[in-house]
Amino acid sequence: MKHNNVDILLVEDNPDDAELAIRHLRKNNMANNLIHVHDGEEALEFIFSTGRYAGMHEEPQRPKVVLLDIQMPKVNGIEVLGKIKADPRTRSIPVVMLTSSKVDPDIEKCYALGANSYLVKPVNFEGFAEAIKNLGFYWLLLNQLPSE
Amino acid sequence: MFLINGIVLLTAGMAFFGNEFYSFKKTTVEKLSTIGKIIAANSTAALAFDSPDDAREILAALRAEPHIVAACIYDKNGKIFSEYYAGNEKSKFPPSPGPQGYRFSYTHLDGFVPVMQETLPLGTLYLKSDMGALHAWLGLYAVVVAVILLVSFLLAFVLVRFLGKSISTPILALSQTAKIISDRKDYTVRAIKMSNDELGSLTEAFNQMLDQIKKKDDNLSEFNQNLELKVRDRTAQLETVNKELEGFSYSVSHDLRAPLRAIVGFASILEEEYAGRLDVEGKRITAIIKKNTMKMGRLIDDLLEFSQMGKHDGMKVTINMGRMVNDIKDAMALQYDTHRISWSMGDLPNVNANASMIRQVWVNLIANAIKYSGKNEAPQIEIGAMTKEGEYVYYVVDNGVGFDQQYSEKLFKVFQRLHSPEEFEGTGVGLALVKKIITREGGSVWAESEVGKGACFYFSLPARNEIRVNHQ
Repeated sequence: MKHNNVDILLVEDNPDDAELAIRHLRKNNMANNLIHVHDGEEALEFIFSTGRYAGMHEEPQRPKVVLLDIQMPKVNGIEVLGKIKADPRTRSIPVVMLTSSKVDPDIEKCYALGANSYLVKPVNFEGFAEAIKNLGFYWLLLNQLPSE
Repeated sequence: MFLINGIVLLTAGMAFFGNEFYSFKKTTVEKLSTIGKIIAANSTAALAFDSPDDAREILAALRAEPHIVAACIYDKNGKIFSEYYAGNEKSKFPPSPGPQGYRFSYTHLDGFVPVMQETLPLGTLYLKSDMGALHAWLGLYAVVVAVILLVSFLLAFVLVRFLGKSISTPILALSQTAKIISDRKDYTVRAIKMSNDELGSLTEAFNQMLDQIKKKDDNLSEFNQNLELKVRDRTAQLETVNKELEGFSYSVSHDLRAPLRAIVGFASILEEEYAGRLDVEGKRITAIIKKNTMKMGRLIDDLLEFSQMGKHDGMKVTINMGRMVNDIKDAMALQYDTHRISWSMGDLPNVNANASMIRQVWVNLIANAIKYSGKNEAPQIEIGAMTKEGEYVYYVVDNGVGFDQQYSEKLFKVFQRLHSPEEFEGTGVGLALVKKIITREGGSVWAESEVGKGACFYFSLPARNEIRVNHQ
């Protein structure tokens, strides 16, 4: 797969959640340029062209939005967020944090690190579908990024 | 001490002196009057026979009394008949006899004595005594009194010094010991016993008291130390348990919700994308799966809310209860069908508590009242309060389905419900939350009801002093 025009980078370790999210995005024609990575380590390798993705690109990848789950094995979402927002080349990439819990103690930490949004994945299907659709619609179509 | 001594001595001296002065004067007058009487009696013949020489001789007898400086006899016409002078100096006599009796002037005592034969007045005797004796006596007396005063004063001074020392030294020592103890909080210090008198036993009693205080102080500090250790241990334990609990609720909220999301999600995909291949029963079963999964999600959310509640202690403010309840009532109209309800509101006293927690209590109680009276054709909800022994008791009464009073305690336990979900929706957390909040705020909750006759939920809050006003 070419990685030149990645719209969405989905970082999600739970394959069921990932599948549901991708399904909804696809339903709304927003999954055409979607990359799904399975943990934080892979996400960073992809963005900064290291490890598995070494030598693939000169510049870091700049997807239109990163959907980033917080709870992940190895490198968690907060660490990934920190690395993306710390690098001037990737700082402007919008990052939406995904969490399962309304009472997550990390919400403040995420905003402090520069997260652009924070989404609690609803249990109910309609809610989740709606949230994913709105998310894709906003970040892919409405949000204006600084020109390169 | 010396001042009092001096005043007492001086007053006594003055009184003594005054008394002596008065009695001396009296004696002097009496003495002069006796002499006067004798001379007057002896002079009757001289006057009767008009013999000034006899009279002079009689008067000359006054030489025996050196204080009588002059004397004279007037005839019955008031003319001087005969004169006497103690010295060479001739004093002036009053030109005519004055009224009978003796009078003191500053320098002299003089008097007139009538000379009578039977009842017939023949003339008047005049006697003049100088006050030399009195003055001499007074001077001597003043010296004596002054000496006595001085000696007693000195004696008193010595006594006070000596006795005072024997009393004040042990007392001063005692008070110094007390001061050292209170300054250093050192109960091992003891007062030194100086004598075997009352002060000695006072010192002993003082020391015994210190022994007891020391013993109690030792016990107390030992107890305190143990307590501190215990508190430290318990705090550490509690912190560990708290951390574990936090981790637990975190993983409950994350890990339990994820599979539920998948179940609902994929069941929904079945419903949407495989609708054509599912028969009616298949669709019903898929719907049941979804409904129960969603309920599980709500239960997890409510349980989490319950366990998280009160983790962050909010500030206590004065809550305008009337306004808060009205706000909630208005908000309820958006969520429930409330237009059939007839509300009645009593006066609600303001209270000092955590506003968001108390709001949650009212929301849960009022929502319950709306929910359980919803099947009544004319639902009524009454909200009010009463004051009882330093606390306010608020209540919410409805005319809904009510409950069996014997289960009223169960109502306030988590997941305990008295109605099936088919009758009334709910997870059984609302009233448990109410109880938890009110207990934390220092009050209590209880409920009264009869099946079919509505229910009344009470909660009490301490009527504390209102400090801050919260205008929300």
